Amino acid sequence: MEIPKIVGAGLVVIGAGIGIGRIGGSAMDAIARQPEATGKIQTAMLIAAALIEGIGFAALFAV
Amino acid sequence: MVISNKPLQFIIAILIACLPVFGFSNTPSEGKPVQTETTAVAHEAAPESGEETSEIKEQIKEVIGHHVLDGHDFSLFEYEGQHIGFSLPIILWDNGVHFFSSSKFHHGESVAESNGNFYKLYHETIYKTDAAGTLTEEHGHPTNAKPIDLSITKGVLTIMVVALLMFLLFTSLAKSYVKNGGISAGVGRFFEPIVLYIRDEIAIPNIGEKHYKKYMSYLLTIFFFVWFLNIFGLTPLGINVTGNIAITFGLAVITFLITNLTANKNYWGHIFWMPGVPTPMKIILAPIELLGVFIKPFALMIRLYANIFAGHVVLMSLIGLIFIFKSWLGSSLSFMLSFAISIIEILVALLQAYIFTMLSALYFGSAVEEHHHEEAHH
Repeated sequence: MEIPKIVGAGLVVIGAGIGIGRIGGSAMDAIARQPEATGKIQTAMLIAAALIEGIGFAALFAV
Repeated sequence: MVISNKPLQFIIAILIACLPVFGFSNTPSEGKPVQTETTAVAHEAAPESGEETSEIKEQIKEVIGHHVLDGHDFSLFEYEGQHIGFSLPIILWDNGVHFFSSSKFHHGESVAESNGNFYKLYHETIYKTDAAGTLTEEHGHPTNAKPIDLSITKGVLTIMVVALLMFLLFTSLAKSYVKNGGISAGVGRFFEPIVLYIRDEIAIPNIGEKHYKKYMSYLLTIFFFVWFLNIFGLTPLGINVTGNIAITFGLAVITFLITNLTANKNYWGHIFWMPGVPTPMKIILAPIELLGVFIKPFALMIRLYANIFAGHVVLMSLIGLIFIFKSWLGSSLSFMLSFAISIIEILVALLQAYIFTMLSALYFGSAVEEHHHEEAHH
């Protein structure tokens, strides 16, 4: 049985979603603990989210 | 609550914020013109049939497909079969330069003749053809010969406009320091904090105090270039420049070249002979790290392209809902959704410019980083 490519892309998107969600959640926790470090946390969060997003898009374009 | 003490500016700002809602302008060059909102309202009374709906869906798909492509003429909208817009110059290299106006194509409907050669525009690609304009098709793609297309397309024109705008804005900012005794004036007051932010929050932390100066010009250029083009893409002019993979490829190649041409010994050392790991591991890591050199700019290219492309497609699909529902409820739902997405898109426009600049700075930083570990061990 052949699994369509689009299923694989969907799995990657689920993975990327979980990843970005975890990054966002952890950043929220960190900001709640140390509000004075908000700026630094946000920058690190955006970079990490952008890197994962790249993988998600790569999967979408492979379909 | 006082929303604004300058009501006129506030109203103008709201109006500008609403503009992206009307941000689709290109209509298909062939087939029936897409119904404008007024005709859709007139259709409200007419009985709906499944066939009609699927036909409208096809038309919406065609409009979106046409919008995301670069255009050979600047067509603002189509009204009752009339294209409103202006022509752009076509420059072709086909055993000699061919230079003529895109009005000769009549939006893909007729064959253009130049110095004895005939050309036809089909889905925004120019093909060489005969006087009758026949295209030999295979699997839905024409197999005719393609001349090298160097035309000033819509995207090229927009890039020129943005370049000129940036030149005027930032030279005026630079001049205002001299005139005003070291304090910025006019529109520069808006841009000065952004320039400082890029220096203090992006360049210095990622590249380091020692080397950041030589990269500042590129980082500032890339940030404002991408930002302005993203914002231009949300105006009713219907431009899609950063959502074009050729543009983002060009930008990523520049970042790639700057990273690798200004890299020091440590950078290459970390790629080919990773310090601090056992020798077998060094051999395994070398090809992976080498691949990473190319994957980094590739991800940069895909990220910007896909974000803007997807944003345009989502926005236009939501506007297309009006023509599918054909009722006041569907239309107002579509309006609300496209308004919300437009506001998110304004945020995305800034965020993608920021991410592109940030990651470029990160790569430059890794290229000029000095070796710290050995000093710590001694």
